[in-house]
Amino acid sequence: MTSVSPRAATATTGGGDIPFIAAALGIGLLLALFVAARAADPLMSAHAFMFAAAFVGGGFALVHHVSSGAKADPTGYEFGVVKAGVFASVFWGLAGFLVGVVIAAQLAFPNIFYFSDFGWTNFGRLRPLHTSAVIFAFGGNVLIATSFYVVQRTSRAKLWGGLAPWFVFWGYQLFIVIAATGYLMGVTQSREYAEPEWYADLWLTLVWVVYLLVFLGTLLKRKEPHIYVANWFYLAFIVTIAMLHIVNNLAIPVSLTGVKSYSLFAGVQDALTQWWYGHNAVGFFLTAGFLAIMYYFIPKQADRPVYSYRLSIIHFWALIFIYIWAGPHHLHYTALPEWAQTLGMTFSIMLWMPSWGGMINGLMTLSGAWDKLRTDPVLRMMVVSVAFYGMSTFEGPLMSVRAVNSLSHYTDWTIGHVHSGALGWVGYISFGALYCLTPWLWKRKSLYSNALVEWHFWVSTIGILLYITSMWVSGIMQGLMWRAYDAFGFLEYSFVETVEAMHPYYIIRMTGGLLFLVGALIMAYNLWRTAKGDVREKEFAPSPALAPAE
Amino acid sequence: MYETLAKIAQTWGLLLFVLAFALVLIYALNPRNKKKFDEAKRIPLEDEEDENGGKRD
Repeated sequence: MTSVSPRAATATTGGGDIPFIAAALGIGLLLALFVAARAADPLMSAHAFMFAAAFVGGGFALVHHVSSGAKADPTGYEFGVVKAGVFASVFWGLAGFLVGVVIAAQLAFPNIFYFSDFGWTNFGRLRPLHTSAVIFAFGGNVLIATSFYVVQRTSRAKLWGGLAPWFVFWGYQLFIVIAATGYLMGVTQSREYAEPEWYADLWLTLVWVVYLLVFLGTLLKRKEPHIYVANWFYLAFIVTIAMLHIVNNLAIPVSLTGVKSYSLFAGVQDALTQWWYGHNAVGFFLTAGFLAIMYYFIPKQADRPVYSYRLSIIHFWALIFIYIWAGPHHLHYTALPEWAQTLGMTFSIMLWMPSWGGMINGLMTLSGAWDKLRTDPVLRMMVVSVAFYGMSTFEGPLMSVRAVNSLSHYTDWTIGHVHSGALGWVGYISFGALYCLTPWLWKRKSLYSNALVEWHFWVSTIGILLYITSMWVSGIMQGLMWRAYDAFGFLEYSFVETVEAMHPYYIIRMTGGLLFLVGALIMAYNLWRTAKGDVREKEFAPSPALAPAE
Repeated sequence: MYETLAKIAQTWGLLLFVLAFALVLIYALNPRNKKKFDEAKRIPLEDEEDENGGKRD
């Protein structure tokens, strides 16, 4: 892209862009104020003021950036935005897990944490807050931060785009705030994992396109001839999410100054578009993106190259080719044509191969260094994560089989399945990456405390096990009760009897979620102390050079 | 419209995907690429740092 060395380019970061950025912020502010003044409903007015406040904040940040003379990062990389991403990941993670525990408690005890004076504290408003907070706010920030780190390190090039990475970071936080406050106020287009309305979707599209440009720009000016496989996975994640987001959110707003919009699709086409999006959010956001983390952080932490680079290439293309077709398995026994259901089911079963190929590749990277699992709790966390990946990607195709789905669908089994993937795979690989990144970015020799990582690991693992086992029992019981008939062909159980039977499992699930939250709090404390530069007494990590040979 | 699309998908589309995936397999398994992949897999590990934890140009 440019022949200017990254270090020289740093000195003039965004220099020529400043008037352009200022103008864009000014236009954004005027537009937001105009919409706020003319808003068709109070919800839009509130959101327009939030946009306006964000643009004002952006203006202050720009003035600060210019007046402080923006010093170049001494590393020759752009790590500031990665540090901010680590902070945001932990913050949104804690928020999302907390809301999860609250709604788990509400399922077990319906009136707990619900205040009739504050209608937004009801389960219906809080549930999308939880799902979006953990997937997009926590997971998304982890992906953006790690991708910015990995693409720089494996390309040996500074992030492209001057201030653009910071726009991606803050623009994404603004999207999160708009989405989250929208859910609480009742703004939703009722599409699973895509609840934000049209204006928030447009904003995210803008942020995402800049994200893609930053990533591609960095790859283009890389010093390394080969593009490391982790970057392939990140790129697939960014490109596919852009495509899914745009198609699924095609909608016509009722008014350009109102929140409500109507989807371009209707009926079963709408349902299929929704689940094409929904399942590929799992496939490309929660899988491809986090596999990129696996392919960089596990080799790095284990200090061994990935088991098979060939397998990683086949893993990548097989995953890309197959995942995109699996969505229809969410619509078994619906108005969707049966051949389309069968197609979704068949492709889901084929996914066993790339999923397990990837799992084997991750696990076998440890080959010859299994002893590190005993001594390095961070590596153990990531390896357990890959094991959970294998388990949930085995369970998923199984549940996509129409006959199994007739039992599992609409039951808690689905919730258990999602959480073994979300808490076990996505959560643990993210925690592993955060435990790696914090000492690397803040230049610390070690974490504040490895003992606290052990605590995090065991408390969270027990939490996950309580969660998924209780949901298996509850879900299968629920499914069996729904389909039980008596000798005369009448249903054996009323709906409320199934709810009553699930009560103890809901309490166990809530306990599991609480343990997971406690584990994350331990991590937050540990990372905070690490960044401050503290090392816990009694825990002077012996330097690797001094470790006795075994 | 539906018939046309379905027909393309079931013939040329299928062929294209099988061919594309075959090319991926040839690329990945070709012994001539072994050296390149052996170098590529060491990219994260051979990332030397200077005294600031930064990169060496």
